Amino acid sequence: MSRTYASYSRPLWRRLLVSRETAIIALLALVLIWAINGVSYFATQLTMTFLLLDIAPILLIALPMTAIIVTGEIDLSVASVVGLSSAMLGVLVDHGVAVPVAALVCLAVGVACGCLNGFLVAYVGLPSLAVTIGTLALFRGVAVGVLGTKAITSFPARWTDLAKAEVGGTGIPLITLVFAVLAIGFTLMLHYSAFGRGVYDIGLNSEAAVFTGVPVQRTKFALFVLSATVSALAGIYFTLRFSSSRGDNATGLELQVIAAVLLGGVSIFGGRGRLHGVVAGVLLIGVLSSALRLQGVTVNVINIIIGLLLVASVMSTSVLAWVSDVAARRNKRGTSPQLAPVGVGNQER
Amino acid sequence: MLIYSKKVAGLAAVTLTFALALTGCGKGSGDNNDSTSSSGSKKASITFIPKNLGNPYFDTSDAGGKKAVEELGGTYAQVGPQEASPDAQAQYIDTEAQKHTSAIVVSANDPQALCDSLKKARDAGTKVVTFDSDTNPECRDLFINQATADGIAKVEVDMIAEQIGDSGEIAILSASANATNKNAWIDLMKKDLAADHPNIKLVETVYGNDDDQTSFDKTAALLQKHPDLKGIISPTTVGIAAAARYLSKSDKKGKVALTGLGTPNQMREYVKDGTVTEFALWNPEDLGYLAAYAADALVKGDIKGDEGDKFKAGKLGDFTVGADHTVLLGDPFKFNKDNIDQFKF
Repeated sequence: MSRTYASYSRPLWRRLLVSRETAIIALLALVLIWAINGVSYFATQLTMTFLLLDIAPILLIALPMTAIIVTGEIDLSVASVVGLSSAMLGVLVDHGVAVPVAALVCLAVGVACGCLNGFLVAYVGLPSLAVTIGTLALFRGVAVGVLGTKAITSFPARWTDLAKAEVGGTGIPLITLVFAVLAIGFTLMLHYSAFGRGVYDIGLNSEAAVFTGVPVQRTKFALFVLSATVSALAGIYFTLRFSSSRGDNATGLELQVIAAVLLGGVSIFGGRGRLHGVVAGVLLIGVLSSALRLQGVTVNVINIIIGLLLVASVMSTSVLAWVSDVAARRNKRGTSPQLAPVGVGNQER
Repeated sequence: MLIYSKKVAGLAAVTLTFALALTGCGKGSGDNNDSTSSSGSKKASITFIPKNLGNPYFDTSDAGGKKAVEELGGTYAQVGPQEASPDAQAQYIDTEAQKHTSAIVVSANDPQALCDSLKKARDAGTKVVTFDSDTNPECRDLFINQATADGIAKVEVDMIAEQIGDSGEIAILSASANATNKNAWIDLMKKDLAADHPNIKLVETVYGNDDDQTSFDKTAALLQKHPDLKGIISPTTVGIAAAARYLSKSDKKGKVALTGLGTPNQMREYVKDGTVTEFALWNPEDLGYLAAYAADALVKGDIKGDEGDKFKAGKLGDFTVGADHTVLLGDPFKFNKDNIDQFKF
């Protein structure tokens, strides 16, 4: 999507107000108000705990996925890495390896998966869509291969309890804190560092990024490694939370992650999107499905509603862009133009 | 400017919604609303959570459950995931715990993975009944068992004995060679044959690995290798359907009896064209019906789920809780051309 000079020439607060991120956050607020007041049993600590436990893997993986989609690439293999990590954890613990050691091995496996994806995409130059469809099948195949069709369900209670642990009596799961730390790290990386500016530059124009000195290959490689590593972490959490290691764990999770990222205002064409929008996107889907489940709405109807929401939100990008362009042009005609483009750096993409 | 004031209003509105949402959250997380005193006087709300939705087997069993809940004057609901995965199913169990549903009836996608959710549900006062597929025994109040190994083995031997006139050569077409439950049934069948049917000779047991094509090929090989074969038992739904498909097109149709465990939808065609006289399974409708009555008895406090507890399950009569907090539905159900059209699973 092309962005005109006019769209950068409006004051900061107005650009924030008409942005996709703000729209999603406002929608999330509306849904929350409806759920809290209109859905019985929603406004309980138990609901909040379950909600946060359920969406934790999606939240975690959405962080690196956002960065990857901003570069204009995609990683479809994340759910298979979750499955592989889950299967590895089960097999290792079953053979008497201590959980922390097994978890480190799983993370290492994640790094290896990411290196393979990153190497093929960044250095060999293959399209990420094709590469990660391939590794989606490959990693899932290995996961089912190492474990077979059985499930390993005996994990030490102190570790499975840790996966579900709450911070004090607040009802906020420990994994949410882990996410918060990672989210701060990713925000600093993506929105407040030279590396992050490079990520956006690649997404806007990969060739131009090369000429302005952005290490395109290294950046993409690093993002794919990050993505698989975080997915492996999600796999460890997933396994311990359900005390169940299966090769088919988290099948289809990649689409839930990508849906939430796109809902959060990240452009599939790259170059545009902010992490707070993505977090709001994940929360929106989580809150909506939780509230609808409490209302007794069946899974098919929930899927239809979320699907429609996604389609509407993708359409709204174009509509919003048009509205803001029109408003900006009218504004320009009426008053004197608003100084220089403020947002060349990382302000709004 | 006009536009500006509109935007200011918009900003204010957004800020306000945030404030509302935040305060709402804070207040909501503290109190438990009106955690309804659902036990005793109030009518039981019973929710069925099958392995997945849109599965004809569970549609049938849950229809039985619905009938029972309606007879009891309770509220029936059916929720569940689209795909049979434990993590998706756990979310539905969690939801029922949040709603303080009186009882849930679950067919578990994993014996262990659901335990944490089930425990939370039981802590919240929800009774947990499993049916069809059990969880670990400590995770639920009762398991409604569709059939025992003894019952399954006996009904299959009885059917083949009846169909071949209690004498001659038979073979078994099983799933995989290391399927624990199938091997247990086959051992029991062998004992039963040796004890009560001396004239029936089991000549071979072959394994189709629950794969349609393999089972089909193994059936063909069996018939060639044993020209005097009079009957085949296939204690697996995949195997019996593949064997029936082969038999129905071969000149052995009607001459070699075929029986075992199958589902009416898969076997309807072969029962109607005379390839198969009678096969067995349990009746999922009765299974759901019994599960609902058991759940209701737990909710009302008539039973605790301990061994020896007795309760009445409507048209199915009286049941007693057995070892490991298990209730047995009864003998397997036989399907033949007279009743097969009543079943749609």
